[in-house]
Amino acid sequence: MRSLAYTRFELVRTFRNRRLLAFSLGFPLILFFLIAAPNRNQHNFNGSGISIPLYYMVGLVAFGAMSALISSGARIATERTDGWTRQLRITPLTTSAYFRAKVVTGYAMAAATIAVLYASGIALGVSLGAYRWLEMTGLILVALVPFAALGILLGHLLTADSIGPAVGGLVSLLALVSGTWFPLGSHGFLHDIAQFLPSYWLVRASHVSIGGHAWTAGGWIVVAAWTVVLVIVARFAYQRDTARV
Amino acid sequence: MRFRRSGGIVAGMQCENTIGVELRGAAKTYRSSGAVVNAVRGIDVSIKRGETVALLGPNGAGKSTTIDMLLGLIAPDSGSVSLLGGPPKQAVARGMVAAMLQAGALMRDVKVRELIAMIAALHPHPLEVDEALDLAGLADIADRRTHKLSGGQAQRVRFAVTLVPDPALLVLDEPTVGMDVEGRRSFWRSVRDFAARGKTIIFATHYLEEADAYADRAILMSHGRVVADGPTSEIKARVGTRTIRATLPGADLTDLASLPGVTAADRRGDAIVLICTDSDAAIRALLNAHPNARDLEIASAGLEDAFIELTGNASDTTAAGERQEALV
Repeated sequence: MRSLAYTRFELVRTFRNRRLLAFSLGFPLILFFLIAAPNRNQHNFNGSGISIPLYYMVGLVAFGAMSALISSGARIATERTDGWTRQLRITPLTTSAYFRAKVVTGYAMAAATIAVLYASGIALGVSLGAYRWLEMTGLILVALVPFAALGILLGHLLTADSIGPAVGGLVSLLALVSGTWFPLGSHGFLHDIAQFLPSYWLVRASHVSIGGHAWTAGGWIVVAAWTVVLVIVARFAYQRDTARV
Repeated sequence: MRFRRSGGIVAGMQCENTIGVELRGAAKTYRSSGAVVNAVRGIDVSIKRGETVALLGPNGAGKSTTIDMLLGLIAPDSGSVSLLGGPPKQAVARGMVAAMLQAGALMRDVKVRELIAMIAALHPHPLEVDEALDLAGLADIADRRTHKLSGGQAQRVRFAVTLVPDPALLVLDEPTVGMDVEGRRSFWRSVRDFAARGKTIIFATHYLEEADAYADRAILMSHGRVVADGPTSEIKARVGTRTIRATLPGADLTDLASLPGVTAADRRGDAIVLICTDSDAAIRALLNAHPNARDLEIASAGLEDAFIELTGNASDTTAAGERQEALV
C-alpha cells in the first residue's frame, strides 16, 4: 500500500508533464510517418519478408520504449542532485519501492509509446493475427527489462547535467546498431556485434510476422545475460553511491 | 486511526524512552582529492525526549555532518549513534523521524497537497494532510504546483513535508536560510507549537538569536568538536558577548584575562582583544590598570566573531588548517 503511494505519485507526475509526453510520444510517431507513410505498400523490406510499416513500427517502438525506460531510471540522477533522494531516505519508503516506481513509470511510458505506434501502424496497413500481436508485444516487454536496470545504473553514475546527452546519445547509438533505421542484413561486422545487444532482439520482435520464432535461443540468452549483469552493476553503483553521499 | 505521541510516556517504558538522541564518540572524516577533512572528531551528545536543542556553530563546524550521522544518512567512521532507543535506520523505517535538510528540492509537476499526501501515505501514523498544511501555513496555496512557488513558500512546503509524518523527532538543518523576517517569525511560531506536543526538536543554525529565542539548550560546535553544551542562557553568556580591542603594546595576557568581566584575552600585534561577559566592568578595569591603552573599540560579537576570537581561527580557514594537520 505504502509503496503503491509512491508509484502512483510518480505516474501522476510523469503523465502530467506535457512537454515530456509530447517529446517522448511525438518524436517516434513523426519519424514513423515520415519513413513509413511514403513506403506503405512495400511488403518485402530488403528481402526480409517484413513490410516497411511493420518494420518501422517495431523499430520506433524499440527506440521510444528503450528511451522511456532508460530515462525513467536516469531521472534518479536529477533527484540525487536535487537532494530529493536524501529526503526520501529519511522516510519509511524502501529503496526497492523507489526503484519499482521508476520501473513501473518507465514501462507505463513504454506502453503509451507502444499503443500510439501500434495504432499508427494499423492506420498504415499493418495487419497481424491476434496471437502475433500478443507474441510481439510480449517479446518487446521482455527485451525492455535490461534497459530498466540500465536506467537505474545511469541514474547513479551520471549527474543531472550529463543525463540529457548521455541518454540521448546512448539510445541513438543502440538504435542505429540494432537495426532500428535499416535492416542489418544477415552477416557482416554490424550484424555480428548487434547479436549481442538486447536492443537488437527488441527490434527483431517484428519477425513474428514471417512465421517461426522471432527469437532464437541466443536472443533469450543475450537478453537474460544483460539483465543479470546490469542488475548486479546497478546494485553495486547504488551501494557505492549511498555509502558516499 | 491516528496515534499521536504526546508528552505523557507510558510507565515502564520510561527508561529506554527518555533518551531521544545519543551520539557516543561519533567521528567522520572525508577524503577528497588527497585532502583529509575531519568533519566531526568524536563527539558525545545526549538529548532527552521533548527537548528543543540548537546545534550552533559557524560554517564548517560539523553541524550538517552530525545531522547526517544522526539521521543515518552517513555512518560514522567510529563511535555510535542511537535514535529513540535504536539505530537511526530503525527509527526512520518506523516513521519516527523527519528532517528538513539543506537545499532539499521539491518534486515538479505536483500540487502541494499531493506532495504532502504522498509523504503522509509513506508513514504509519501521519497527521491529517489538512492539519499539516495549516500548521505550515499552506492552506491557501495547497492546490498550486510546487514549481510555481516563491522561495519562502517552497520552504514552508518543505516544513510541511517534515510535519505530516507526525514524527517524535524533528531535525531542521538551517531551516530559515532565505526566509524574510516575517517568514522566520511565523516559521518559529509553528515550530514552537509543534514542540509543545512533546516532540524532540534539533535545529542547526549559525544565528545565536535563533538558538536563544527558541531552544532550551544549545550545543556549540567548532572544528568538528563540541566546545560547549548547556542551557542557551549559559552559552549566550559565553559567546553572546562583546569584545574590546585596544592598542596596548607589551601587556600581559594573563593579567588582562583576569580583569573583571573578561573571559579571554588575545594579542593581535600591538593590539589586544578581550572577550567580555561584562564589557562595562571590563573597560573600567582595563583603563584603571592600563591608562596608556588607546584606540579603544567595543563591539558586540556575533557568534562567528566570538568563534574567531575564541579559537583564533576563522571558519573559512578551517579546511586549510585541517590539511596541515593531516600532513603532520
